[in-house]
Amino acid sequence: MPLKKSLILLTMTLLALAQGCNEQSTQTSPSSEVTPAVASRNSAAVDDKPAYGDMLINGSIGDASVLLPVLASDSSSGEINGLIYNGLVKYDKDINLVGELAEKWDVSEDKLKIRFFLKKGVKWHDGKPFTAKDVEYTYKIYVDPKTPTAYSTDFLKVTEFKVLDDYTVEAVYDKPYAPALGSWGQGMLPSHLLEGEDITKSPLKRHPIGTGPYKFKDWVTGEKITVDSFHDYFEGRPYIDRVMTRIIPDLATMFLELKALSIDQMGLTPLQYVRQTNTKWFKDNFNKYKYLGFGYSYLGYNLQDWKFKDKRVRQALTMAIDRESIVQGVLLGLGAVTDSPYKPDTYWYDQNVKKFPYDPEKAKQMLAEAGWKETNDEGVLLKDGKPFEFTIITNHGNDIRKNAAIIIQRDLKKVGIKVHIRVIEWAAFLKNFINKRNFEACLLGWGIGIDPSQIDIWNSKKTGESELNFINYQNPEVDRLLDLGASTYDRQERKKYYDKFQEIIAEDQPYTFLFVQYALPIINSRFHGIEPAPVGIGYNFTKWYVPKRLQKYTIQP
Amino acid sequence: MRFLVKRIALMIPTLIGITIISFTVMKMAPGDPTSLMTDLNPNMNEEAVKRIRAHYGLDQPWHVQYLKWLKNMAVLDFGRSFAPDNRPVIDKIAERIPITLFINILSMVLIFSVSIPIGVISAVKQNSMFDRVSSLIVFIGFAVPTFWLALLMMILFGVKLDWLPISGFRSLNFARLSPIGQVLDIGKHLVMPIFVSAFGGLAGMSRYMRSNMLEVIRQDYITTARAKGLDERTVIFKHAFRNALLPVITLLGLSVPGLIGGSVIFETIFAIPGMGQLFYQSVMMRDYPTIMGILVIGAALTLVGNLLADILYSWADPRIRVND
Repeated sequence: MPLKKSLILLTMTLLALAQGCNEQSTQTSPSSEVTPAVASRNSAAVDDKPAYGDMLINGSIGDASVLLPVLASDSSSGEINGLIYNGLVKYDKDINLVGELAEKWDVSEDKLKIRFFLKKGVKWHDGKPFTAKDVEYTYKIYVDPKTPTAYSTDFLKVTEFKVLDDYTVEAVYDKPYAPALGSWGQGMLPSHLLEGEDITKSPLKRHPIGTGPYKFKDWVTGEKITVDSFHDYFEGRPYIDRVMTRIIPDLATMFLELKALSIDQMGLTPLQYVRQTNTKWFKDNFNKYKYLGFGYSYLGYNLQDWKFKDKRVRQALTMAIDRESIVQGVLLGLGAVTDSPYKPDTYWYDQNVKKFPYDPEKAKQMLAEAGWKETNDEGVLLKDGKPFEFTIITNHGNDIRKNAAIIIQRDLKKVGIKVHIRVIEWAAFLKNFINKRNFEACLLGWGIGIDPSQIDIWNSKKTGESELNFINYQNPEVDRLLDLGASTYDRQERKKYYDKFQEIIAEDQPYTFLFVQYALPIINSRFHGIEPAPVGIGYNFTKWYVPKRLQKYTIQP
Repeated sequence: MRFLVKRIALMIPTLIGITIISFTVMKMAPGDPTSLMTDLNPNMNEEAVKRIRAHYGLDQPWHVQYLKWLKNMAVLDFGRSFAPDNRPVIDKIAERIPITLFINILSMVLIFSVSIPIGVISAVKQNSMFDRVSSLIVFIGFAVPTFWLALLMMILFGVKLDWLPISGFRSLNFARLSPIGQVLDIGKHLVMPIFVSAFGGLAGMSRYMRSNMLEVIRQDYITTARAKGLDERTVIFKHAFRNALLPVITLLGLSVPGLIGGSVIFETIFAIPGMGQLFYQSVMMRDYPTIMGILVIGAALTLVGNLLADILYSWADPRIRVND
């Protein structure tokens, strides 16, 4: 799902509705190759104080592609890059923007200038100091027309970039642009190694040098990527000495590796979470977490199709679909029904947004009001002699979407609507169907950015080929509210615009919002210090540790 | 000799023909290398899409792209991958070929050494108990889905018994092992993958061998040999077996290109970074230079394999020698 990938820096985004398993169970480790001083399971946590050492082995289904954040747009690369690089700003555990490489920043009175004051004494992994020159280089490479990057848009809004002194930079915009601040969270690149080089051919793509908590060690294509803790990290040396990401493309195999204790962390499927990890052995050896992910699934209606032009019809469709049973049946309950394009547990979500609960009787009634009264001999509703029959398309390779479509098909049949399902390979799906507007309804998902600006998806003008408002939603009021939102820095004022926007979207129902899935990480219980927070669990990774007596691997540099 | 030169000369236009067809088919498939990065990405604007397309030369008509590719190919320059890593295609292929080759050769040796005896015995003792039981087993191997068998074996040998590693092809501490330790380590990792990949191939080969053998046994010269009073061993091994083995040469020739191909399913399950995964990912990403690189190597090996089979054949079987 490339949708999600681009929007999210994974390390920042995991949000916690923490169902933490807080008992400190210690590991019994039946088959570990290196020596834990095995302690009995319920021994008191006396000596469990933070200690340096050990290694965390992570399972990943995909290999990274390139370890330069400017070029990488996949989540596997993003995860490694998150450990190696820092931005000027980052989101803290409560999803507030705070300084990372920037000590602080000033936004001018007219909101057109942002001045960043950089932290002093920050070092690159090769020992050179981090300065304003690096920020300047990073900015320039993002806006360089020769750089094949997916992230230039925010930086292209900068009209002038100034280096004021070694530790102060200023970005000037021609109009106030609220997402600008967050955009400086992109990983900063070392100018002393890249200046004047062709970035697409730079050796740093496979041997990165950053300022982050972990420095690159080695990368065996398709097998594993290893990073070691950076002792001079400006926020202090991380406790865990080494992080290894093993590439295991098959989730069933990965789960067996977890059972064999060969990996320490992976993301579970709902089935694995509910049915396969509730044994005593798992509870003794692992902790499971769950929190809402930054992304939602929806059923989008092509608003140029005559059947979907009437908003009563779209509201009726939403009421006819039993979304709770999709969450139960497809996600085994590990998801939440949603009614808005924001994440239900975040600041921007409008708690009072109008909801359309499952009510097939009311749905039938509303369809009748909209002219769908008679039925043919198959029991399908008719209007002007034409049956209510349409095809939902979705992409190949996502069983959750396919199964959700099947439940929707069943539900809509009950109110007299005949649904067909077509599953299409991703590239063909985009080129021949979505981009060409050649569909009636589509089942897809969006990643939810941390910044609430969603102009690209809802603006009336973003309907050109391969633009994102492919359902052709047109509402001047929404356009106005989203523009206001993007140019307003004040959070409370900003939220008012987005609340109003959500109300309009709920009334119009251009999408039937389906659900937000839970992220379901499982982590070996020898790792301590994991504190679920609204942003997830990864935010304090450098503070995770394994008490001395539980350490499993000895690291030889 | 002249025949050989002619055959080799003919291979060049054939190879070019294959590349033209592959290139066209590939270009006709919807999507291009930029779609994964740019489509449905809110951070993308039209300007950026254009920039990326120009960067890869995708803004030119396809025949220009093809000729450019062919020109580089002529000096064996495979170009750089369109995947975000942008590495030379030859590097990407080279780092994956050894493990794929290794597994395929071992599994082929296993298939041949098991299925030829099975085929011969089944034919000689047609409809015997051995024939029936071996047929049953090889067909089970043929019918069982690879991924399922692999998972069952992983659960048994990897999790329950803890005898064999579950996936990958070497341990994390591989670099620190002694040379003998390294060989053993790889061996342990490859037991399951090679067994699983060979098990499925037994059926074809042993059935083929069995029917060859049956056909040969019915020939007049076998009857003659028996009539001469030769003992059964000599009849079977000296007269029948050799002749039945001839068509196997063709199969050997045909399997040469298969040596660098890998199965996606099986490599994915065992987390082995081989050619199958590379090709699959390249196709999914529309990474044209990598796809073309693999196809060209595959096509060249097919042609070489056929040539080799022909040469071996004429060497082994005087009946089909071409007169110079």
